[in-house]
Amino acid sequence: MTYRDIVIVGGGPAGLAAATAAYDAGSTDIVVLEREENLGGILNQCIHNGFGLHTFKEELTGPEYAARFEQLVYDRGIEYRLGSTVINVSDDKVVTYVSEKDGLQKIKAKAVVLTCGCRERPRGGINIAGARAAGIFSAGTAQKLVNIDGLMPGREVVILGSGDIGLIMARRMTFEGAKVKAVVELMPYSSGLNRNIVQCLNDFDIPLLFSHTVVDIKATNGRVSSVVIAQVDEKLQPIMSTAQEIPCDTLLLSVGLLPENELAGYAGVQLSPVTNGAIVDDQMMTSVEGIFECGNVLHVHDLVDYVSEESTHAGKCAAAYVQNGMTATEYVPTCGTNGVRYVVPQKIRKDTNYEQISLRMRVANAFRNVELAVLLDGEKIVSRKRPIVTPGEMETVVLNSEMVERVKHGSKLEVTLLGGTK
Amino acid sequence: MYDVLIIGAGVVGCSIARELSGWKLRIGVVDKENDVAMGTSKANSGIAHAGFDAKTGTNKAIYNVLGAKMFPALSKELDFPYRQNGAFVLCFDESERGKLVELMEQGIRNGVKGLSILEGDQVRAMEPNVSDKVVAALYAETSGIVSPYEMTVAYAENAAVNGAEFLLNEEITGIQRTKHGFEVQMTDKTLFARAIVNCAGVFADEIYGMVSDKPLFSIVARKGEYCLLDKKCGGLTDKTLFQLPSAMGKGVLVAPTTHGNIIVGPTAQDIDNKEDVDTTFDGLNKAFDTATVSVPTLARRNIITQFAGLRAHPIGGDFIIGESEIENFFNVAGIESPGLTSAPAIAVDVAKQVADKLHADKNDKFVAQRRGIPCFAKMSDSEREALIATNPLYGRIVCRCENVTEGEIVDSIRRPVGATDLDGVKRRTRAGMGRCQMGFCTPRVMEILCRELGKDMTEITKYGKGSRIVVGRTE
Repeated sequence: MTYRDIVIVGGGPAGLAAATAAYDAGSTDIVVLEREENLGGILNQCIHNGFGLHTFKEELTGPEYAARFEQLVYDRGIEYRLGSTVINVSDDKVVTYVSEKDGLQKIKAKAVVLTCGCRERPRGGINIAGARAAGIFSAGTAQKLVNIDGLMPGREVVILGSGDIGLIMARRMTFEGAKVKAVVELMPYSSGLNRNIVQCLNDFDIPLLFSHTVVDIKATNGRVSSVVIAQVDEKLQPIMSTAQEIPCDTLLLSVGLLPENELAGYAGVQLSPVTNGAIVDDQMMTSVEGIFECGNVLHVHDLVDYVSEESTHAGKCAAAYVQNGMTATEYVPTCGTNGVRYVVPQKIRKDTNYEQISLRMRVANAFRNVELAVLLDGEKIVSRKRPIVTPGEMETVVLNSEMVERVKHGSKLEVTLLGGTK
Repeated sequence: MYDVLIIGAGVVGCSIARELSGWKLRIGVVDKENDVAMGTSKANSGIAHAGFDAKTGTNKAIYNVLGAKMFPALSKELDFPYRQNGAFVLCFDESERGKLVELMEQGIRNGVKGLSILEGDQVRAMEPNVSDKVVAALYAETSGIVSPYEMTVAYAENAAVNGAEFLLNEEITGIQRTKHGFEVQMTDKTLFARAIVNCAGVFADEIYGMVSDKPLFSIVARKGEYCLLDKKCGGLTDKTLFQLPSAMGKGVLVAPTTHGNIIVGPTAQDIDNKEDVDTTFDGLNKAFDTATVSVPTLARRNIITQFAGLRAHPIGGDFIIGESEIENFFNVAGIESPGLTSAPAIAVDVAKQVADKLHADKNDKFVAQRRGIPCFAKMSDSEREALIATNPLYGRIVCRCENVTEGEIVDSIRRPVGATDLDGVKRRTRAGMGRCQMGFCTPRVMEILCRELGKDMTEITKYGKGSRIVVGRTE
C-alpha cells in the first residue's frame, strides 16, 4: 500500500481539471488513474468542433480541448498512470487499481475524486424488440469505430434518439458517405442541443421524427436489414397502425447517458435516483467524507465547459479538505420542484466558505417563457427569465456572495419554474 | 472416415462427444453455426431442475433426476458455473394448493429428495421480495442454477482435448446410407461415418428425415423470451421462483443467474420458422408482467438485455433417445426442458449405447478434468496479484462492467474450440455481458480477435455468417 493526498479516478476532462485545481490550491501530492492509454477521456473521439466556447472563447475540437487541460497537468508535473483501471474504492479511501505495468496496487488517499464519466444506455435498457444481429451500436461506440479506428459501422443508418452524440454521428456518418435515413425521437422534443439539430441534421436534410420510436429490428444473415418505426401516443406507447419499415443496415442508439457509479457504490456513497450520481454538498463531497464527485459521473452534462468548471471547483475543495479537514455538521438541502427535475449540489453547508455557488439543474419537460426561480424557505432570492427550457439543456443559476450568506441562515433551498407554457 | 458424427454442437451434442471421447473412436461434431451452444443451449433459463415436473416413468423424469444428481461433481470436474440454490413453485390461490401437493408427490415418485410444502409466510421469510399474494409453495432444495453456454463450452473443450473434432459452419445437406455406415454431405465437404448421433435440436426431425422415409417424430420450435436484469438487482431472489406449470411448460420464472444477474422468463409460443429468435414487443411485456406477479418490485428500468430461445418440443411430449429403426443412426431429439439438466445423464447413456454398438475399446488416455478460464472478477486481490505476475495481460481490463481482462479474452480464443467472434468471447469470458452491453469493449475485443486470429477488423463478426461488425474502412 502506498499513500497519497489525492487520488483522481479518471483522466478525462473532469479528472484533468480537478487535478490541476487541487495542485494550484496547494495539494501537490496527486495521482490520476486512467484506464485508457491516453488522457482526455471521451473527448479523444469527439473530433468535431464546438468545444470550449465558454472556457476559451474559441471553437476547439474535443482532442484540442483535452490537450489544453492535459498541458496544464504536464506543466505541473502531476503524476498520472495510464492503462490503470480502478476496481475498488473503499469507504476508508483505499483505491485498488490494476494495470499491465504495476499489477495490482492499493493506494490509501486522504481524498478521492471520482471522475469516471458516464456510459451509454444500451438497447436492452429500452426494450426494443426484434433481431439481435450485427449492426446495432450505441452512438458513442460507432463514434469510436469511425473516428479512432477508421472503420465504417454501416452504410444505411437509422438513429434512435436525438441526444447529442446521435446528432453528431448523423453528420459524421454522412461525411463518411453513409446515408442517414432518419433520426427518430420518442419525445416531442430533442434531448440534444439546438445547435446540433441545425448543424448536424437540417444542414444535411436528415429528417428528425419526433414522437416516434423503433418497434422492431429485422435482420438477414446476421446483419440488420431494416427497422420498423411507429408513432407513439401521449403515454409514449407505439401506435402500431402507423408502423413503417425503413431498410437500413445499421441502427445507432443515442438514448441516454448514465453516470458510471459502480466505484461510488462500493465505497458506500449515497446515490441520487434522479441523477444516478452521488448526492453532494457545495464542495462536491459525497456522503462519504473525503470522497468527491464531479463531471459526468455526478450528473450528465451537455457541455464540457461546465464539466471543467464544476471539476475545477471539486479539485479546489478536495485540496481544502486535505489541508483543513472537515468542519460541516449542518446543511441546507436543495431540491427542484414544479418541473425542475434535480438540483446539484443537493445540499449546502451552513458554514460554507465559498462566496459563489453554482446550482446546476435540468427540467423535466420543455417549457416556454418561463421563470427559473430560486426560493429560500419559500422566498424568491434570485430568478432568471428563460424563453425556452428543455430537458436537453442543463440550466445554471449562480448564487452570489450575498445570496450565499442568506442561504447559510435558511433551512431549505428550492429551484422551481414559475409561469411558462409546455 | 469417422466412427461417429454427432450432428449439433449444443449441450446434448457436446456432452455426448465428451462421453464418447472416453472410448477409442474418431468423433466429429458438426454444427452449421460458428460456435458451440448457438441454439437452445445459449438461450434458456439455466436451471438444473430438481425433477418433480415430469410425469413419472418418462424419459424426462428419469434423465432429469439422474442428471440433477451429477451436477455438483460434474461442475467441479469440468469447471463450469453451477450452484444449488433451491427453488419454489409459487401458488397464489388456495384452490390450487392441490396442484402443489400433486407436484410434490410426483417428485417423490420420480426419486427427488428434499421436497416440502411451505406456507406463504415461510416463503417470504426466506425470500422477502416474493409477492404477498403467495399462499403456499413447493420448495425443492436440490434445484440449481447453471450457466448453460459455459457448461456446453466446457463439455466441448474437454471433448476436443480428448480427441473429438469440431466441424463448425458446416450445414448438413444430405445423408445417404452406405455399406459401412453413412455418407454425409455438408456445405464444404462430404464425410463418411459408421454411426450418426442426431442432436440437431429443433432441426432433429429434418435431419432424421434425410435417412428415414417414415420419420417417427416431429419437432416444434417453441419460442421463449427472456429479460436479464442488472446485477444490482441480484439480491431480489436467491431461490428460483416458478409459478405453477401449464400445458405450455413451466411458465415464467424469476431466478438469479450463476453470475449474479436476475433472469426473467420465458414465454412460450410455438412458431413456424425454426431460425426465428427475434424478441417481440408483446413477448417481452408478457415475460416481464408475468414475472412481477411473483416479485412485484421487479423494475423495468433495470433490464439490461432481452433475448429469445427456441425449445425443441417433440410432438409426442417425451425425449426421443436411442438407436432409430435405421441401424447405427441414433436420435437424441426433442430435448426440451429439462434437457439441460438431463444432458449429462443422457450423454453417459447414449455414449455407452454407441460405443457398445461399435465395439469400441476404452480410451485409456482420457482426461476427465477441465480447467476453465480464470475469472479475474471473482478472485481475491492476492489471487489477482499472483495472476498478473504470471501474465501481465491479466492486468488489462477490457470489459469494465464485468472486469474482464485481456488475459481471459486471449485464453478464450486460444483454447480448443476457442472463440472466433465477439459473442463467442462474450459467452466464455463475460466481456460484453454487463450493463453497457458491449458499448465500450466492442472495439477492444475486435482488436484482440484480429491479433490472435490473424484477421482484419473488417472480418470480425458478432456470431459468424454475415454478422460482420463493420462494413469497411472510412475513406
